[in-house]
Amino acid sequence: MTETVNKIVNMEGICKTFLSVQALDNVDFSLMKGEIHALVGENGAGKSTLIKILTGVEQPDAGIIMINGQKEVIRSTQNAQALGISTVYQEINLCPHLSMAENILIGREPHKFGFIDKKAMNAEATEILRGLGVDMDVTLQLGNCSVAVQQMAAIARALEIANAKVLVLDEPTSSLDANETAQLFTVMRRLKGEGVSIIFITHFLNQIYEVADRITVLRNGKLVGTYDVKSLSRLELITKMIGRSLVEYVEMVDIKKESRKFIKSEAWMKAEQLARAGSVEPFDLDLREGEVVGIAGLLGSGRTEIAQLLFGIDNPTGGMLSIDGARVEDFSPLKSIGRGVALCPEDRKESGIIGDLTVRENIILAMQAGLGWFRFLKMQEQYEIADKYIKLLNIATPSADQQVKNLSGGNQQKVILARWLATNPRLLILDEPTRGIDVGAKAEIQKLVLSLAEQGKSCVFISSELEEVLRTSHRVAVMREHKMVAEFTDESGDQIMQAIAGS
Amino acid sequence: MNQKSLFKRFRESQIFWPLVAWIIILVFNAIIDPTFFRLGIIQDPTYGKHLYGNLVDIFNNGAPLMLVAIGMTLVIATGGIDLSVGAVIAISAAMGAVLINPALGNKLISNEILTKNATNTPLTIIILADLLAGTLCGLWNGLLVSRGKIQPMVATLILMVAGRGIAQLITNGQIMTIYYSPYFWFGNGYILGLPVSIYIVVLVLIIGWVLVRKTSIGLFIETVGTNAKSAYYSGINEKNVKLFAYMFCGFCGAIAGLILSSYVHSADGNNNGLNYELDAILAVVMGGTLMTGGRFNLLASAIGAVVIWTFTVTVYHLGVPANALLAAKAILVLVVVLLYSDYMRRFINRFTPKRRGAEHETSN
Amino acid sequence: MKHRINRFLIQNGGVLLTFVVFLTVFFVGGRLYPTMQKPQVFFNLFINDSSLLLVAIGMTLVILTGGIDLSVGGVIALVSAASAVMLKAGVSAYIVMPLMIVIGVALGSLMGWIIQDLKVQPFIATLMGLFFARGMAYIITLTSVPIRNEVYKAIALTPIYIPFFPKTYIYATTLVGPIMLLVAVYLTYFTRFGRTIYAIGSNEQSAMLMGLPVRRVKVMVYAFSGLCSALGGIVFSISLLAGYGQFATGMELDAIAAVVIGGTALTGGVGNVIGTLFGVLIHGTIVSVLQFNGTLSSWWTRIAVGILTLLAIGAQSIFYVRKKRS
Repeated sequence: MTETVNKIVNMEGICKTFLSVQALDNVDFSLMKGEIHALVGENGAGKSTLIKILTGVEQPDAGIIMINGQKEVIRSTQNAQALGISTVYQEINLCPHLSMAENILIGREPHKFGFIDKKAMNAEATEILRGLGVDMDVTLQLGNCSVAVQQMAAIARALEIANAKVLVLDEPTSSLDANETAQLFTVMRRLKGEGVSIIFITHFLNQIYEVADRITVLRNGKLVGTYDVKSLSRLELITKMIGRSLVEYVEMVDIKKESRKFIKSEAWMKAEQLARAGSVEPFDLDLREGEVVGIAGLLGSGRTEIAQLLFGIDNPTGGMLSIDGARVEDFSPLKSIGRGVALCPEDRKESGIIGDLTVRENIILAMQAGLGWFRFLKMQEQYEIADKYIKLLNIATPSADQQVKNLSGGNQQKVILARWLATNPRLLILDEPTRGIDVGAKAEIQKLVLSLAEQGKSCVFISSELEEVLRTSHRVAVMREHKMVAEFTDESGDQIMQAIAGS
Repeated sequence: MNQKSLFKRFRESQIFWPLVAWIIILVFNAIIDPTFFRLGIIQDPTYGKHLYGNLVDIFNNGAPLMLVAIGMTLVIATGGIDLSVGAVIAISAAMGAVLINPALGNKLISNEILTKNATNTPLTIIILADLLAGTLCGLWNGLLVSRGKIQPMVATLILMVAGRGIAQLITNGQIMTIYYSPYFWFGNGYILGLPVSIYIVVLVLIIGWVLVRKTSIGLFIETVGTNAKSAYYSGINEKNVKLFAYMFCGFCGAIAGLILSSYVHSADGNNNGLNYELDAILAVVMGGTLMTGGRFNLLASAIGAVVIWTFTVTVYHLGVPANALLAAKAILVLVVVLLYSDYMRRFINRFTPKRRGAEHETSN
Repeated sequence: MKHRINRFLIQNGGVLLTFVVFLTVFFVGGRLYPTMQKPQVFFNLFINDSSLLLVAIGMTLVILTGGIDLSVGGVIALVSAASAVMLKAGVSAYIVMPLMIVIGVALGSLMGWIIQDLKVQPFIATLMGLFFARGMAYIITLTSVPIRNEVYKAIALTPIYIPFFPKTYIYATTLVGPIMLLVAVYLTYFTRFGRTIYAIGSNEQSAMLMGLPVRRVKVMVYAFSGLCSALGGIVFSISLLAGYGQFATGMELDAIAAVVIGGTALTGGVGNVIGTLFGVLIHGTIVSVLQFNGTLSSWWTRIAVGILTLLAIGAQSIFYVRKKRS
């Protein structure tokens, strides 16, 4: 019985289905007082759904939630906050134009004679931040502060306003560098000492071992188990996360060994000391036909920035990029398409899908952009191309005229992939192409990448899931803090992990 | 390839609802006054035999608004807005009047010469100058929005405020009356019994349709309007797409100015095209194009303009005093707004079975 | 210390620039036309643009939330027409004035509700408000109706002399604008309501997630604009001693221009009412300069305001870029 008293959150038998997909299937989750509990699972495992249910954004189809031993129904975010559950999201949900102090205290500012007492408010905010171990000028505009600082403000607000006993941190370290991450962990330990329970969602396995007490692993909407971090080895953890696909992993290794034969020896695209001030340190990269180069590293280490440089979204401030020996002068997406380079961007919602347009229109878009305004693809041709890729990539859509916004995330990603495949590129850069895709489709895409290599194309494969990068790449470059620090042709997961961690 | 029944495609297209709205107003008119639809043929001394009647008037007088709405559609589809169309109309009208007028400037001239039925500049040059002026205004707006990265509302506000000043500058502050009769043909003439202005509208619609549907410009406009960042990442030159939209809008405004000044035989910097921008935006909204941008339909906007004009004619016809028109229009806006609001859309959707794809993200 | 001054400059750059522009235009005008150097000319700015100032203050708060209010000119016309007709019928001024305020607030709240709960875009909703208000004004009276009410006349014709400045005066109505300005400064900087306005303009979704009363504040902001418009209408009808449906056409645009020139961004979250004050003063100064010139016609005002708005936006984007880099 004492065990249940210590459990501040207890979720049992949670089920949730979205349309026809079961996001959560009989999942249990419990959180003890004063513990840091990591929640992990590959994309599509169900962790964000579970959190949404706990924080009142969604309602479960079945299951009970008990907070502090009391059965509760959490109907809204306000409801959750009232129960002492507060979330800090990856996109800091604060107001960039207000000062730090205001962001922390707005809605509860101290007043004097009907006027907001700015002095008292600033003093209070400074105190609160000191309590977290942060010392800074709270009158600064939030938007002018670094992400790490903004996060502190978000945490401070969550604790102050919601008087939170349960703090959910959703991927808090994705935009932080090593120092900032260490600072965050110090704050987390401090809070833990004060009796606050923290749910730590992350995909950085190292960090889990650094700071978490227990870990819950989800896979395909089901609970794999909850373990003490101390008694779980890294290999065991990865096995539990990947599970079944370990077999596929072995399969892929074989396919990859075969495909090495097709790699040409001369590099057709070379980046020499290519750099962009403020986002990427000078790096060298050779790309050969038939080769898949993986880029590994933590989120925020500069991987996406490299992709954007290669595709021409950003202009380099130093170094040189050459294609077939000729120096590249003109950096723009349109020019890159003309040169046979394609980029499947990381954030498909923001820079990828055109929701209101149909599948067909989305697929032929880049191809049409390359042709310009006046060489308009005939309708019949458009449908042919669209149907071809719907079949090739197994895109689940009732027709090519379905609006893309109505497709599931995974299928949307496939549409974007189709868009770029249709341009018949020499180099296909994929930035997190399997994010949000179910496990089966993931393997499909990984196999597709290798088959593209067999056809003589070059591929740059960026992913935060190391296992995936290992599976599909012939060579892996490692990014750390905006710098390319190592390159491996032998897939040794541990060595690569070390390079990422920098130890 | 997917073939829906013709009716189904019609029902789901953007022109359906504005057309329904128009028919409702017409039916309403017919009930109140069965003679509303009467069309006659008369012999006009200047323009020969032609049709006349309320319906003809609606299209003839509504032509400038239809043109402006067509131009405005592309701008709104890119996610922008053009508040300066009224000013463009005034500028275009002013240019026409000034180029015709033998008394350019303040020279003292006898009344006889002033009112002579002649022009200082050949008609074709006048038309070209008008179109050029309008397109240049569109270019200005487009550059401010696409290169200057200024918000469309503010960018076009500048021309809206300054433009009438410019129109006044061109006419030296005077309201100029035009006496050159061939100029009147645009707003008052007839071809095969139908007003010239209708032909012009149809011509512009065809030109517009060819430009946006027979090239990839239409697709790019819809892409840019839905998600400009994705458009850029896909290799679309969204700056030029927006530039095109604003230039086309200026172009249409110029033609509208030509017809309008031709119709009233004058150019008045203060009043030409007053409030046209608001009506045009309303027409585009009624035509089903969202103000946030994306999918558009030129014909639907034109029909929206016809609806607004028919509404105006109906209000007058009902004997409602002229001063109550504006208030009546407010009710029209309210109805349009409610019909297109979220609530209504969901309400109506309950009655129409729609196929739903998986709308939810299943994972993060 | 230097760091602090630097930060102050960057954060308030827009407003400071507007202030500098105003001073420049005013002094240039003074150099060109010596008669402009009389102190009365400065106070005339407040007298002539008292309605514009009021309306622009309300507009500033609305724009700060990322919205817009196109109805202000219409409300002024409606208030003037309704007042004139009621006063002519013998209703007391002390009933008419509060009633007009009620009308303004009611219309504003209605538009705010339509925007917030019916999810209609502010542009369209307030456009409808404009049509409705001006439309009602036209229905009330199509011609100009003179106001002969004693109270109105008294206020309109009694000058208040300014101490220390000989032969300079303002009217009672001139004070309403600056008073509302102080109220607006209090609201925007010293109340939760005002800070929530900035929060909404900065990131509405975040403001909601932070538990702020977004819905209530958004409706209230339009009600406040309606209040300012009503006050503007009362001041207008006193100043001109008439009510007319065609008053204040286009004033919404002048107000928006003044707000933008004053450094408030249309996207919301940035700017303040003090900048708007200078925006209005610049507008008034240009009109004065043109009046003193005498030969240039009034449409030059339009062109000048257009150019100024353009320059103001250009300056704003430079400041924005500088801020991002710092």
